Amino acid sequence: MSLYRPPRIASSEITSERWFLNRRGFLAAAAGGALAAAGSPAFGEALKSSKSPYTVNEKLTPEKDVTSYNNFYEFGLGKGDPAANSENFKPTPWTVKVDGLVGKPKEFGLEELLAMPLEDRVYRMRCVEAWSMVIPWVGFPLSALLDKVEPLGDAKYVAFETVVRPEEMPGQSGYFQSLPWPYVEGLRLDEARHPLAILAVGVYGKTLPNQNGAPIRLVVPWKYGFKGIKSIVKITLTDKQPPSTWNISAPNEYGFYANVNPEVDHPRWSQASENRIGEGGFFGANRQPTLPFNGYADEVASLYSGMDLRANY
Amino acid sequence: MLPALPRKYHAASIWLLYAAGFVPAAYGFWLGATGRLPGNPVKEFEHLLGLWALRFLVATLAITPLRDLLGINWIRYRRALGLLAFWYVLMHFLTYMVLDQYLNFSAILVDIVRRPFITIGMGAFVMLIPLALTSNNWSIRRLGPRWVKLHKLVYIIAAAGALHFAMSVKVVGLEPWTYIALVAVLLAYRPIRPMLRGRKRRPPEPALRESERSA
Ligand code: HEM
Repeated sequence: MSLYRPPRIASSEITSERWFLNRRGFLAAAAGGALAAAGSPAFGEALKSSKSPYTVNEKLTPEKDVTSYNNFYEFGLGKGDPAANSENFKPTPWTVKVDGLVGKPKEFGLEELLAMPLEDRVYRMRCVEAWSMVIPWVGFPLSALLDKVEPLGDAKYVAFETVVRPEEMPGQSGYFQSLPWPYVEGLRLDEARHPLAILAVGVYGKTLPNQNGAPIRLVVPWKYGFKGIKSIVKITLTDKQPPSTWNISAPNEYGFYANVNPEVDHPRWSQASENRIGEGGFFGANRQPTLPFNGYADEVASLYSGMDLRANY
Repeated sequence: MLPALPRKYHAASIWLLYAAGFVPAAYGFWLGATGRLPGNPVKEFEHLLGLWALRFLVATLAITPLRDLLGINWIRYRRALGLLAFWYVLMHFLTYMVLDQYLNFSAILVDIVRRPFITIGMGAFVMLIPLALTSNNWSIRRLGPRWVKLHKLVYIIAAAGALHFAMSVKVVGLEPWTYIALVAVLLAYRPIRPMLRGRKRRPPEPALRESERSA
């Protein structure tokens, strides 16, 4: 099995950096032009992005599975519900408000976010339900956004919030509400600043489909998938640990950290192994061992040194 | 009232029910084995089998109130429905053991002992075994009144099945609540029944009915 390899800075990287910077300027201009012409980006639009060394070398989960097997309770509880029930969701126009303990609070338009230097990141995704995928995201480091708002010294955590639109999200209306809305999540500031933590705006080279969290979502590959909050409208820097939806809903099952850990079972199932999605039927399916921090231990374990990972699940 | 099925078709209709009853499992297996189930085919199939097991349990429990309250006598199908529930739970269990857990017996044992929803499912399965083994005329005759007593276990099995379903999901949505409600109503009917029957003065029913004896 090929494991995640931490990026090394090779000389080729250094030369490509200059090219990359030029390309970024070009892309921003191109994106601006395209947006001016088309109004706003549509779902499924091709995105320009550059290669990233933060990429795993494993077989990709087919696009069909990545975009049809989802947990996004705003659109229903079934895995197929997000794809089936999200056609009325409007990911444009969109803004993300970044506020709290920052020097320069700001509301970012989607155009601005799409003009950030986008990278291809092939990440493992490990759901808390013991299945996994390998997904080619397009996004930019969360730290790049945080830098723009200049967090204050006493900021210790980052809180995230999903949009609430009962008229477009069937799971948010009706008699039966599965979770309290808005869906909220949080990270410690050092986790949020880790280069692996990204805001994704695309998957498989195109803007995000609604069911995957359009137009912008969090991806934190060493944590269980539910930390990857979707359709983000607000990011707030705070000095207190922010609430997270699944932790509110079942605190004994879902912790704040939610780091992938094969040694700490979910009360109702083992986390020691996982089912890789999309390998062709019963017999092509593949149950494989789950790795500490989802295989990203070399990169992120130091964030938690000295912490009891059983108590802080 | 439904037109009564001519007697000569009773036996055939029971076999038809068995044949139709296995269609969801066969179709699901074919879809999964040929890569036509999207997403997580093993879980989809495991869930399909569990849901049909629960449906057949609910149908088994519905036979008596259907006859009492609506006058529809489908008692000849009750054994088939109960046995279909058993076969579906068995397939559900085998899918979990083989396709889901890859016969990792230590993991399976830990699941059964430590995860309450699986402990409850396992309990229901174990209780279903003697019921399936005694679902034949010979056993009914041999066991006599004890047969009726033994088969009251189905009430516990159905309650356990619905509870197992509700405990297996992350959020108890409309579907598990529906099954909990159905099972609750069907079980609550049992203690109420003698009162209704007392009013109508029906004779107590034998475990083995005339129609079954001939079938
Ligand atoms: C009367 C017996 C049983 C009934 C009626 C039953 C029914 C069900 C139902 C309806 C579901 C959920 C389907 C869904 O989510 O759509 C389920 C899930 C499940 N059952 Fe059972 N079951 C029974 C016995 C068992 C046994 C004996 C085992 C294993 C020892 C078992 C293991 C499981 C597992 C592992 C799940 C899936 C949890 C997941 O989603 O990962 N069940 N069952």
